[in-house]
Amino acid sequence: MPLFPDSQDWLAIWLTLKLATTVTLLLLLVSTPLAWWLANTQSRARNVVSALVAMPIVLPPTVIGFYLLLLMGPEGAVGRLTQALGIGLLPFTFAGLVVASTIYSLPFVVQPIQNAIEAIGPRPLEVAATLRASPWDAFWSVVVPFARPGFLTGAVLGFAHTVGEFGVVLMIGGNIPGSTRVVSVQIFDHVEALEYARAHWLAGGMVLFSFLVLLALYTLNPQARRK
Amino acid sequence: MKRHLLLTCLLGFAAFAHADEVKVAVAANFSAPMQKIAADFEKTTGHKAVISTGATGAFYAQIKNGAPFEVFLAADDETPAKLESEGLAVKGSRFTYAIGKLVLWSSKAGFVDPQGQVLKKGSFEKLALANPKTAPYGLAAVETLKKLGLAEATQAKLVQGETITQAYQFVASGNAELGFVALSLIWKDGAIASGSAWMVPTDLYSPIRQDAVLLSKGASQPAAQALLQYLRGDAARAVIKTYGYAF
Repeated sequence: MPLFPDSQDWLAIWLTLKLATTVTLLLLLVSTPLAWWLANTQSRARNVVSALVAMPIVLPPTVIGFYLLLLMGPEGAVGRLTQALGIGLLPFTFAGLVVASTIYSLPFVVQPIQNAIEAIGPRPLEVAATLRASPWDAFWSVVVPFARPGFLTGAVLGFAHTVGEFGVVLMIGGNIPGSTRVVSVQIFDHVEALEYARAHWLAGGMVLFSFLVLLALYTLNPQARRK
Repeated sequence: MKRHLLLTCLLGFAAFAHADEVKVAVAANFSAPMQKIAADFEKTTGHKAVISTGATGAFYAQIKNGAPFEVFLAADDETPAKLESEGLAVKGSRFTYAIGKLVLWSSKAGFVDPQGQVLKKGSFEKLALANPKTAPYGLAAVETLKKLGLAEATQAKLVQGETITQAYQFVASGNAELGFVALSLIWKDGAIASGSAWMVPTDLYSPIRQDAVLLSKGASQPAAQALLQYLRGDAARAVIKTYGYAF
């Protein structure tokens, strides 16, 4: 058994962490207003939006990846838009993986935050309003501290879920070292090439990583357990 | 006594029915011709071939770990040889059932010229191929690029599919203008089904031999042996040829 992962493996690990970090930050930005809206709206569109957000949980990643490949391709609606904007096509790029992973991991971030916001109830915000706090002020001094466990759970799950992504990346990635060849794809390649010893380093590392992430989540954030 | 006889008959039928079925692991690129061959095989011999398609490396891992396959139609010649040397396949049962042909293909008509000059001109953004590390067609594509002296020039434009069918998908969806794919994927009734293609001359890459082997689980299975026999016959070869393979 070789003693250490080689440079290609490290490159894949670095890329995976970069992807997961970027996606997590982006997801927090997108999910917070979305979760807020879902938690507070009376709109009829609520159920439709909730269903759309939750779809990546039930859809096979190959379905998401396949349709993203077509949508982001030169004939697809998104592909035409990105080309018109001068960005070029998204498949086979890091940016493409970021977009795909954001969609794919969205429910894992929106739902915990939404639950946490719903758990606050209307009272604290009403109190804040009577104290003449602006909505922006109330959000930062009431919602964020009260819903902190939800944000933490969402961020950890979004990060971990992106690290564990395989099917979507496989469909739109193109296996390019340093830009789309993430750890899960690298493991698949090692297994396919019958390089089991090298696969074990990365695969075993993933097992350990997932355990540690979830352990940290449950230790730091006891509320996550009740979900 | 009568009941005893009936039971024997039933058990006999059950055993016979079981022996009639052969479980075959088939490389993904050979899926379509194999469906056709299996249907003909059943008509001719009465044996039923139950087909599972997938990646050759994944099948290797599964067979090593007790998968119930009796016959294996791989996408290469190395994996069956490895199984044989590891005692998981019957010695001497290996043979080449098909030789794959490599083509440079675009889904756009007229994009690829019949001499493949488009590769040298470099007027494309992405060139798709299968992963050379794991897929024989990918290796053949890399060999071709090296022989043409274009390996360096195209390096930054390469996108890899994990299988040859995925490389095909990248080109078919237009995400890559060009790609090296298996002729079998774009061949229909003796012609290229859509787009434009250059048949890569066979002296530019090592032959893509696809070998079949009788696995240990099928060693004493008449239907498994019958299927391998049938694969070498004229009827099966005629089918294999119409799907764009040589042998």
